[in-house]
Amino acid sequence: MQVSVSLTVNGKAVTAAVEPRTLLVQLLREHLELTGTHVGCDTSQCGACVVHVDGASAKSCTLLAVQCDGTSITTIEGLAKDGVLHPMQEAFREHHGLQCGFCTPGMVMSAVDLLQHNAKPSETEIREWLEGNICRCTGYHNIVKAVQHAAQQMGG
Amino acid sequence: MYAFTYQKPTTIAAAVAALGADADAKPVSGGQTLIPTLKQRLAAPTALVDLAKIPELAGITVAGDTLTIGAMTRHATVADSADVKRLIPALAALAEGIGDPQVRNRGTIGGSIANNDPAADYPAGCLGLGATIVTNRRELAADAFFTGMFSTALDDGELVTAVKFTKPKRAAYVKFPNPASRYAIVGVFVAETAGGIRVAVTGAGAGVFRATALEAALASKGFAAASLDGVAVSADGLNSDIHASAEYRAHLITVMAKRAVAAAG
Ligand SMILES: Cc1cc2nc3c(=O)[nH]c(=O)nc-3n(C[C@H](O)[C@H](O)[C@H](O)COP(=O)(O)OP(=O)(O)OC[C@H]3O[C@@H](n4cnc5c(N)ncnc54)[C@H](O)[C@@H]3O)c2cc1C
Ligand code: FES
Ligand code: FES
Repeated sequence: MQVSVSLTVNGKAVTAAVEPRTLLVQLLREHLELTGTHVGCDTSQCGACVVHVDGASAKSCTLLAVQCDGTSITTIEGLAKDGVLHPMQEAFREHHGLQCGFCTPGMVMSAVDLLQHNAKPSETEIREWLEGNICRCTGYHNIVKAVQHAAQQMGG
Repeated sequence: MYAFTYQKPTTIAAAVAALGADADAKPVSGGQTLIPTLKQRLAAPTALVDLAKIPELAGITVAGDTLTIGAMTRHATVADSADVKRLIPALAALAEGIGDPQVRNRGTIGGSIANNDPAADYPAGCLGLGATIVTNRRELAADAFFTGMFSTALDDGELVTAVKFTKPKRAAYVKFPNPASRYAIVGVFVAETAGGIRVAVTGAGAGVFRATALEAALASKGFAAASLDGVAVSADGLNSDIHASAEYRAHLITVMAKRAVAAAG
């Protein structure tokens, strides 16, 4: 049985017919073809799928699309404005905060949410905040540097 | 995931009616435990009844020394609440230590205690503070609510609607987290309340429990970490797994309890 959900994705109104068991990440990737949001695990632990739901970061693999009816979603595709990368994306590029890039969309979305709460986080606060984002490549060092740099650029 | 139907009622009465109409329906709050369970096909409810749009379940209220936290209140909201920080800072700190920011943005106190994972944090906070669990039918003392591994005194179709806490004289929670999941290998909540000293332990056994030997030592020798010197907790019946043996967990209980007493000040 399909049900209709209406939500805003990266500023655009979207209505889709989904099954109640459709995950938000499936709606984004399979229905809307926004494949920047990744799926890295089956256990809600890796954070590759992090998006913002009404401004707060959440794991889109652990949310049903129907739970998000009426909400506003921002994905990694929604961060750049007019072809200019978001300062967090730019900082990841500048500081080589990625290797294979698989975890990067979730890292960036999570880090953007961190700066909404804490404009000038310490290294420890950055590492604690990124608890739910797993990277198997970088060893996190340059990710932390990138977040620190973005915080400076964004005036924190 | 197996297929199910979905509804989002706006009153407790409508949610209870929806659950009552179908024995295989399940409530969903934050979904941070239930959705992973559905994805693994470890549960197959016919219907999900979403509690997120019920205003009666949301929010934190204060009356004198009593703090009432609605069942749908997210962990992040409790962690950031000025009222919780003022009345029971140990509870705000406990919420701040659950999982990761994304889990805290979705997961709720009602879902956590209804689920009663043997390593979850809120059950220790509720039992340690001697909280009252409010359901759509009755009020239950935490001591009567948590009944064992993943089990509670809730009847089928009964909903947690709120949890009531009374400000303790002092309290603290210290956990030794599993470095991967952040769930407690051992977590100890210590509180000096009007009704006496309470020490609640999560992560170590089949479910949250009170460490009565530690409570007795603190009551007789005074509320100080030194009062727990040499007080051993028995490893009988404690969990033994790849993360920690029962003996190690028993040892950690006293260590975490001492740290909690010191932190409570
Ligand atoms: C990666 C990860 C790490 C985590 N780490 C921790 C941790 O460190 N410590 C910790 O304590 N928890 C941890 N959790 C669990 C998290 O706190 C969950 O949010 C919580 O256990 C369940 O709350 P929920 O609102 O998400 O409930 P849901 O998943 O929506 O529901 C859980 C169960 O309770 C039932 N239920 C829900 N609400 C009610 C209600 N009001 N009345 C009656 N029944 C109800 C549901 O039917 C279901 O069976 C973690 C989870 C994840 C995914
Ligand atoms: S895909 Fe791993 S947490 Fe969502
Ligand atoms: S860059 Fe490869 S997983 Fe993080």
